Amino acid sequence: MELLLTNFFNLDILRQAWPYLLSGFGMTLLLCLVVIPLGVIGGLTVALLARARNPIVRWLTVIYVDFFRAFPPLVLLMFIAFGLPFLKIDLGAFGAVALAFLLNTSSYYGEIFRAGIESVPRGQFEAARSTGLSATQTMTYVVIPQATRNVIPDLISNTLEVVKLTSIASVVALPELLYAARQAQSLTYNATPIIAAGLIYLVCLWPLVRLLSRFEHKQIAMH
Amino acid sequence: MLDRLIDTFFNFQVMGQYLPKIVEGFFLTVQLAIAVVITGIVAGLLLALVRSFRLRLVNFFIIAFVDVMRALPPLVLIILLYFALPSVGIKFSGFVATWLALAAVLAAFAEEIFWAGILAVPKGQWEAARSTGLSYVQTLTNVVMPQAVRLTIPPLTNRTIAITKGTALGAVVAVGEILYQAQSAYSFSYNPSPLTLGAIAYLILFIPVVYLGRWVETRFAWKR
Repeated sequence: MELLLTNFFNLDILRQAWPYLLSGFGMTLLLCLVVIPLGVIGGLTVALLARARNPIVRWLTVIYVDFFRAFPPLVLLMFIAFGLPFLKIDLGAFGAVALAFLLNTSSYYGEIFRAGIESVPRGQFEAARSTGLSATQTMTYVVIPQATRNVIPDLISNTLEVVKLTSIASVVALPELLYAARQAQSLTYNATPIIAAGLIYLVCLWPLVRLLSRFEHKQIAMH
Repeated sequence: MLDRLIDTFFNFQVMGQYLPKIVEGFFLTVQLAIAVVITGIVAGLLLALVRSFRLRLVNFFIIAFVDVMRALPPLVLIILLYFALPSVGIKFSGFVATWLALAAVLAAFAEEIFWAGILAVPKGQWEAARSTGLSYVQTLTNVVMPQAVRLTIPPLTNRTIAITKGTALGAVVAVGEILYQAQSAYSFSYNPSPLTLGAIAYLILFIPVVYLGRWVETRFAWKR
């Protein structure tokens, strides 16, 4: 017990590590504020392109989605972070993370929006067009709002995964929460900062997990 | 420009030199993935079965475990197991740490999915089975689970695929899987071609898996 307290829940160490953890948490928050909207907008674009009239555009979209869904995100991130500088393209750690997340998450959000758009009955398109709305207006005012509502649980679930995934940015030395915790650990020779970082993730994400598990039960029960 | 691109990302000389390492990593990734999938799904199924007995204290711990594993990033778990536990005298290799962390995450998601499947089986099925003289356990294994498992296949497949890709996280704790091999080859040669090779290895491994997931999704589609 004593061992556990001094190594995992050491308040002195926590006090020293706190400024690091706080700035790491800020970076994680900033990262989420950038990559989630990027991923959602990218995903919506992908879903719309998957329905394009031009078959070549449709095929390229399918290839894009499958390609980036098959790639482990960390592999993609390393490829971008270490490979691109050789082409004299230096995005910096934050830029590399943002690009990797855009490519990865837009394909996941894209699949979700695609399923959502498919769940809107055809009659809705036809009715909207027959009232004189243009194709673009039909999409923005009639189809996408309904599609989004139908897939809200999947959107939340994917967003939770994206937030958790931001921890891989620590591998390319972006000073987010996990990176800050590891640094504090190596400075203090104590595991408390890592435990604290875990608790911060837990406190922030637990409400989402509860919400999701309620949605999931409903979804399977309705099958 | 094109020359430079090829020399940087598709340098055959560098690729040839490190190919054996990447192949070695490929097999380790496969082993790790198989270990994670089997232990994760079996543990998740067992937890869901235990939960169906509705023992209040036991269920409290199951739900707590599931929620924690779903809320923590897998990389944080791996780092906890590998870098934090040694300070209280528990030491895992990178392989074991990655395996345990990913299996625990998969077990949590699988438990939720199986449990939702069990709940979805109508109460009348339970009552009918019990009234024919089947015991509780027989009802569960012979009547309820076969129906529940069918419902759970699409979400479970997708989740399993997503978590299996997490094997790449093992690179952070020096598990010699594909990404680790590619990364160390890159730092030896100072040329990103091994990373390309690693990326290709992942595509060979996961493109069929992504297609399998799609097929399962249409084959066992939920009626909306």
